[in-house]
Amino acid sequence: MGAANSCTQTCGVFMSFALFAEQVLNGLQSGIMLFVMAAGLTLIFGVMGLINLAHGSLYMVGAFAAAAAAAWTGSFLLALVAALTGAALVGMFVEMLVIRRLYDRDHLDQVLATFALILIFSEGTRFFFGSFPLFLDVPKVIAGPINLPIGIEYPVYRLIIIGVGLCVALGLWLLISKTRLGVQIRAGKNDREMIAALGVNISALYTFVFAIGAGLAGLAGALVGAIQSVQVGMGEPVLILAFVVIVIGGIGSIKGAFIGAILVGLTDTLGGIFLPELFKLFMEGSIATSLGSALASMLIYILMAVILVCRPQGLFGVQG
Amino acid sequence: MILTRENILNFVITAGLILVPIYAVIVEEPFTITLATRAVIFSLAAVGLNIALGLGGMVSLGHAVFFGLGGYTMGILAFHAQSYIPLFEWPILIEGTKQMLVVWPLAMIISAIAAFVIGLLSLRTGGVYFIMITLAFGQMFFFFSISWSAYGGEDGLSIYVRNQFPLVNTLVPIQFYAICLAILMLALWINARLAKSSFGLALSAARQNTERVRNVGLDPTSIKLVAFVISGAITGLAGALFADLNRFVSPTMFSWQLSGEIMVFIIIGGIGRLYGPVLGAIIFVTLEHFLGGISEYWLVFLGLLLLLIVLFSRGGLVGLLVGRERVHE
Repeated sequence: MGAANSCTQTCGVFMSFALFAEQVLNGLQSGIMLFVMAAGLTLIFGVMGLINLAHGSLYMVGAFAAAAAAAWTGSFLLALVAALTGAALVGMFVEMLVIRRLYDRDHLDQVLATFALILIFSEGTRFFFGSFPLFLDVPKVIAGPINLPIGIEYPVYRLIIIGVGLCVALGLWLLISKTRLGVQIRAGKNDREMIAALGVNISALYTFVFAIGAGLAGLAGALVGAIQSVQVGMGEPVLILAFVVIVIGGIGSIKGAFIGAILVGLTDTLGGIFLPELFKLFMEGSIATSLGSALASMLIYILMAVILVCRPQGLFGVQG
Repeated sequence: MILTRENILNFVITAGLILVPIYAVIVEEPFTITLATRAVIFSLAAVGLNIALGLGGMVSLGHAVFFGLGGYTMGILAFHAQSYIPLFEWPILIEGTKQMLVVWPLAMIISAIAAFVIGLLSLRTGGVYFIMITLAFGQMFFFFSISWSAYGGEDGLSIYVRNQFPLVNTLVPIQFYAICLAILMLALWINARLAKSSFGLALSAARQNTERVRNVGLDPTSIKLVAFVISGAITGLAGALFADLNRFVSPTMFSWQLSGEIMVFIIIGGIGRLYGPVLGAIIFVTLEHFLGGISEYWLVFLGLLLLLIVLFSRGGLVGLLVGRERVHE
């Protein structure tokens, strides 16, 4: 109680508990979406050893597929289905056309080829849909706020996003640890020759894993696109955040991606709100806002650097 | 110098870089000189990256950090010079400047310091981690430059008059071009000397087999770190020149797309080849100008070209024109 009192005295009115809880939920929501994005990325890297910069393009493809489907059918649910399947199909197509030629190449070739794919996807989308942002509207039923305990008001849609993300996490965990396919995926990580010799169709398995990753990226793009806007170039900032997430969590680890994503989501959201306020305690207002927000924008990268210095292989990465 | 096909190609490119702008002066097409200057400055940035990437095997996807730092060093100094507000008043008075000979070393030192810190942290890891971490550091600087409003934030900084160089009128396009070309040639000479020096050989060895380098008693990480610092300083100098060319700096100089493009120059030209970055940058600027004039979606064609080069021709254009690199004798 004493701590809470001293806080209301020193921090002023800005940090009521409800506001704080709301920001934590926002952080969770963006973290969960980062996880959906990063899970595919880390799975593709873990199983195929491929660094895929074009993952952000698949996020964009999902968002555009959703916007187009929503405009056509008027159904948000169908839009999400379109995002998931559209991105998975595009991912499958790209894997068979380009990506599978890159598995045996070094990382530099992978970076450049997938960078080339970004250029093609971005400009291609601009060609078909134009440069103006599209809007994807959340259905009215779930757009409004809901009253949670202890006086928090929070949009239903964002809660649903958190729920969907948790379901994805659970589904991936079940897929990888409980199914036959999961066994093959884990075996593919360790020894690709051996499981090929055991009669598993490796190239179909790889296409499938890539398509799962692509579909998840597309789903994340549609879910986030409904809060923000759907436009060319929306994928790349998220892609880089997803990279930070999997570097923090340890490349190839789904559990690491989950924890890393929540960590990054919370740090980014809370830092952006509270760092300027914190600086105001011992600085002049305008300078504090400027410096605080500048530093807040760097916070997750600082977090990454710190984790890297302590554990170069990431929180849940395997050494070597 | 031995008359290999690669040396002949290098000679032809150098001659082109000298003759085309002179021709442009004669037929009075100043825009061609601006394009050539752009190509030369991009070449310089890519020559810098090629030391890390081609010689040292460090796939840095964050070299725009150094390009941007060089640009902002120039921009901030010019901002203080043109507004007559000193940069620091304490502990000693430091004012802005418009002298290239002051701006360049500062741009290089600041980029080198950043390269040292980023390299020190990033080289703790390798492979795909290194790529992602350098990319993340690039984003860190990008977002910082956007939210740091003192120097224009998202809008960037305009510089009214180009910086000065003794005895040269830098406002005349061809004279500014000559300065840039001279620096590029110097950087290429340094690059060639570096590759042949014992340090360069150790660096190549560190790229090819870390364990063996360690076993002969050298420290591969510190060799790579030194190369990364040199690489960053050269790219930083290119950034300062680029800011001078456009008389404008903005956060896009830090953008990760720019990091990607600098790498693309090297790959189009030919990785590890002395003139690879130069040829790549010339081709990029030419395509940007001509394809960009035909279609605003020209990056699709660049993407396709890049994809084809990566998938089917691994030595870039230099490799295509002169064949595989000669093995060290």
